[in-house]
Amino acid sequence: MFPNLAQLVRYRGLIQSLVARELKARYRGSVLGFFWSFVNPLLLLLVYTFVFSVVLPGGAPPDVRPYSVFLFAGLLPWTWFSTSLIEAANSLIAGGNLIKKVLFPAEVLPTVSVLANLVHFCLGLPILALFIIYYRIPLSLTELAWFPIVILVQLTLTLGLAYLVAALTVHFRDIKDILVNLLTLWFFTTPIIYSMNDAPKGARRFLNLNPFTHLAISYQEILFYRGPYGHWKWLLALWAASILVFLFGYFVFDRLRDSFAEEV
Amino acid sequence: MAAPQVTPSPAVEVIDVSKIYRRYSRRHQLTTLKSALLSRNTIRDLRPDETFPAVQHVSFTVPKGSTYGIVGRNGSGKSTMLKLVAGITKPTTGTVKVHGRISALIELGAGFHPEISGRENVFINGIMLGLSKAEIARRFDEIVEFAELEDFIDAPVKTYSSGMYIRLGFAVAVHVDPDILLVDEVLAVGDEGFTHKCLDKFAEYKRRGKTILLVTHSLGLVQRFCDEAVWLDEGQVRATGDPKRVIDTYVIDVARTEEVSLASDDARAQERVAEAQAAGPAARPEPGAEPGEPSGAAVVGESEATEIRNGFAADAGRWGSREVEIIDVTLTGSSGGVGHVFQAGEPVEIRLAVRAPKPVDDFVFGISIFNTEGVCCYGTNTDIEELEADEFHGDAEVTFAISSLDLVEGTYKLDVAAHKRDGYPYDYHRLLYTFRVKSRHKDVGIYRPRHEWRFSPAIHFKPPKTPKD
Repeated sequence: MFPNLAQLVRYRGLIQSLVARELKARYRGSVLGFFWSFVNPLLLLLVYTFVFSVVLPGGAPPDVRPYSVFLFAGLLPWTWFSTSLIEAANSLIAGGNLIKKVLFPAEVLPTVSVLANLVHFCLGLPILALFIIYYRIPLSLTELAWFPIVILVQLTLTLGLAYLVAALTVHFRDIKDILVNLLTLWFFTTPIIYSMNDAPKGARRFLNLNPFTHLAISYQEILFYRGPYGHWKWLLALWAASILVFLFGYFVFDRLRDSFAEEV
Repeated sequence: MAAPQVTPSPAVEVIDVSKIYRRYSRRHQLTTLKSALLSRNTIRDLRPDETFPAVQHVSFTVPKGSTYGIVGRNGSGKSTMLKLVAGITKPTTGTVKVHGRISALIELGAGFHPEISGRENVFINGIMLGLSKAEIARRFDEIVEFAELEDFIDAPVKTYSSGMYIRLGFAVAVHVDPDILLVDEVLAVGDEGFTHKCLDKFAEYKRRGKTILLVTHSLGLVQRFCDEAVWLDEGQVRATGDPKRVIDTYVIDVARTEEVSLASDDARAQERVAEAQAAGPAARPEPGAEPGEPSGAAVVGESEATEIRNGFAADAGRWGSREVEIIDVTLTGSSGGVGHVFQAGEPVEIRLAVRAPKPVDDFVFGISIFNTEGVCCYGTNTDIEELEADEFHGDAEVTFAISSLDLVEGTYKLDVAAHKRDGYPYDYHRLLYTFRVKSRHKDVGIYRPRHEWRFSPAIHFKPPKTPKD
């Protein structure tokens, strides 16, 4: 397993070009092209803002103002997370040609799904920055220093889960559909559209078991809430757990590797 | 071999390799997953009837610098073997050792993304095949020129024709500059010019001492290019060694299988006719009025139209009063044995076992040969050839001896008939017998007149490459 993991590093050139290809191919032929990476999160944000200011005016949590920045801080990483997993689940089947006909390290495919969406996430950050500047939300440098670490933790977790779902989906196509619904549930059990403080006391213990809760809270604390970043203990614990998830996901993937060419 | 030859080190060693696939069934998804997770072995927990051996106990060695051919029928495990050598799939048992960088021309352009340009795809494909960006940049112009895509290299690959797509895939793959090149039936694509270019590239590889492993149905290519060959049949090695010898044994076996399948086809056609007759005569339109039919057959004891395997125009069938009955029809070739596959130019006899339960004095025996398009290649009968019937009673044999079967390669069907001079049918067998003509020459048309070429001294030809071929 570990020699294979090292191989993943050796294939970084391939991963890099495949990510670039993925990004280029996605918007090829559309008028706005790369701008969609900015426009998409913006539109998503507009939808939620519309819902909570027009459709359900009392629905937005009262203590988080401006709500759009709070929402954006959680929504953007969530989009990276969920889209990555959905694409990764499909990646081996979509890339079946490569696995069956070319000697190709299969783990590259889910990795590319996750990294391509990381790029989209990063392209969404300037929009978030504009909002932060517009609403004059004070940011502190010490807090911002945590930001890349949060991203790294999320990357580790997402990759681990991506390997797991990618490998299992080859054997059970059902996972794709289960995953989509599971992610919807997961989204609403994560403090993204509501704040952790608004959650009932009894539910908080349950929410704390959700790894993405801590990522969302970290993003919100760093980008939205005033005051020092206090959630770092949780984050580091999550990182440790994420590394375990990564190793487990990769282990399952590596074990199933030989079956891909036959089952895809 | 006089001087003790230094055995070259092997490029590929295949040692007692078997590959067993799971037969497709939804039921065993979980078993496969479980055993793959626990032991990396997807078929361990399956019963033998749930698995399918694609390759069984195959061993061969490809020496460095040689060109090695794999021949065999469809489904004989050739492509599986190539995938095993390429490392795309792992053998169930046995080992595959590969010494050197491999490039597999298995599916050309497998990694192309349709939405991005040819240029970008060349880079990504090259990286997938193990080149660095700088290496590709250095070879880029050569690749594009080889693929003949200078004008389209910046267009998205989805706009390419299938030929362009494959040319580009081929160009990238051969410019990877591998030590071992695996080729799976890729020369079947592309036009003549491109095929020649590919062959030149292979020849160049050969000259430079690279190893080529070639899977193909083109036996001529194997014979011309390969230093050694292996014949796989149902996943097992049937012959290895000198390509000419391997191909000859393979060709003989193919002819024998064809023989069996033609014989069973004929038997089935005749059985169907017999069944239809047993079921009772049915109304059937006049089958006559076909060009070149030697007898204006009338309608008496009709048999039902029979579905026929090939595109023969008319329907197979049998009808007639049976006052004269054709009991059996056999074809024999030069070897004297009954057969269905003959070499062009071979003497062939068509033998009819006939019987007249009561004496008859008005009888004509006829024969015609049809090709797959339903064209009558030849038809004659004893009346046309002015043989006057006198008397026939009891069992007898009629032989139609062809001193030289001068037909082009293809599948043919026979009509045989016994009828009265006015066409009243005793026993008419329509297209019930099939035979195949094989030829070393791929000449076209229907008829192959005996001929030779003569040239005045100013015209020279090279002596034939292989004296025996």
